[in-house]
Amino acid sequence: MIGVLATVCIAILVVMGLALARACYADTVYDRILGVNMFGTKTVLFIAAVGFLMGRPDFLDIAIVYALINFIGMIAVLRFFEYIAPIE
Amino acid sequence: MAVLIDLVLLSMLALTALRIIFLKDLFAVVMLFGIYSFLSALIFINLDAVDVAFTEAAVGAGISTVLMLSTLALTGRKEKESKHSSILPFLVVTVTGAALIYGTIDMPPFGDANNPIHQHVAPRYIEQSPVEVGLPNMVTSVLASYRGFDTLGETVVVFAAMIGVLTLLSVRRKEDDEAPDSGLKSHRVLHVVAKIIIPFVILFALYVQFHGDYGPGGGFQAGVIAAAAIILYALVFGLPMALRVISPKFLQILAPLGVLLYASVGIYSMFMGGNFLDYNKLAHDPVHGQHYGIIIIELGVGITVFAVMLSIFYAFASQAERRNVS
Amino acid sequence: MFFLDILSGVLLLVGVFFGFTGALGLFRFPDFFTRVHAASVTESIASILILTGLMLQTQFDLNTAKLIFILLFLMITSPTASHALAKSARHGGLLSIPESKKKKENS
Repeated sequence: MIGVLATVCIAILVVMGLALARACYADTVYDRILGVNMFGTKTVLFIAAVGFLMGRPDFLDIAIVYALINFIGMIAVLRFFEYIAPIE
Repeated sequence: MAVLIDLVLLSMLALTALRIIFLKDLFAVVMLFGIYSFLSALIFINLDAVDVAFTEAAVGAGISTVLMLSTLALTGRKEKESKHSSILPFLVVTVTGAALIYGTIDMPPFGDANNPIHQHVAPRYIEQSPVEVGLPNMVTSVLASYRGFDTLGETVVVFAAMIGVLTLLSVRRKEDDEAPDSGLKSHRVLHVVAKIIIPFVILFALYVQFHGDYGPGGGFQAGVIAAAAIILYALVFGLPMALRVISPKFLQILAPLGVLLYASVGIYSMFMGGNFLDYNKLAHDPVHGQHYGIIIIELGVGITVFAVMLSIFYAFASQAERRNVS
Repeated sequence: MFFLDILSGVLLLVGVFFGFTGALGLFRFPDFFTRVHAASVTESIASILILTGLMLQTQFDLNTAKLIFILLFLMITSPTASHALAKSARHGGLLSIPESKKKKENS
């Protein structure tokens, strides 16, 4: 079972790397936001999986905080764009 | 496995930092800073520093992103081209970096069991705190009991930050009702979802506040999460609505109240015949006294952090909205 | 217990596969709206599968409850975020591929 969990962790890390690449090199701002959002959700899954891999289920509390903060950050960014500094 | 994960995370961190340096669009920089915080929190998790990761995720990725975005709304999105030559700064940075690297040569080897940090106070905390304080989460014992005086100082610093921000930026509420496009009005879905989620976020904040003795968490994190819930409300429904729910005046009472609650525990223990912040004197059984003391001071910290974070957000956001209206 | 382990392993691996395809979609799809589609659809199915797979690893205690909470939270927020993002992009004047083609022909 440890082998499967380790595989899952590494695979999620690869996906996070792809999302990071998208966020770093994006065509439009919205693509960047999409990359950041995907990075956030994948981080939540990564923390949960790593917690089980290391036998430390305490980590789940942090996964909840991540999910929450990711959502709030996303809303803040959208708010910024739609009403304060719209794109030309 | 842990080493591999650490290496991957650190290289992602380095890549993000390099990308941040070369980007001119400040908005993109803020987004990448969010990722940077997430990554550093992941590294803390991997190092088993769960409480630090908690704080980094809540403050670094959450509140700072929101505050930096509000600042950008006031200042503009593009970085100004610098007209100075970059040779002198480059020299200064190189020399400083070289000096710092030279300084690390004297440091004890990384992870060595004979390092001073593992010899001096840490063994005492690890051996004695289950008997003296009796909390499962040792970080809370150290933070709130052994180092209670430092934590009081930190709380006062947070409070001072609020005073500083409020003297520079005032919260305006008179003309806010005229703001035409406040809140994400056209997003019906967001309204419904925010209404569902906000109560659970506040509930989770309370869980973090009072579960801090047993698991990761405590007053700082709980205060930030509760403030994040109200910030979410303000973002979705508009600042005037949030100001009606929790007014800035109320926050200005709440913030010193938390600090006073903390300090009054110290004074009370002096009345009971102990030193300042000596929780052993709070109850007949010293371990019970420790528990009471830690719960009360964590509550004080939570109240202050909540009030301060929210006031700072109000100050920034109301300036941004005023600018948007005019 | 053996059966549950195999089931959870399969769920985890399939979930990771979906996550990977979603990330690939971020790069391979032609315009922003299709990219949102790739990212959000595969992301939600990946979260469901991975978190369910992890749930089968627990002893069905507080940790299971926390995982369910995370799953519910992600199920509510992640599609909302994608929706709001797509709507914002629309509001900001981003066009899909057929529309931009039409605009080119007209001009």
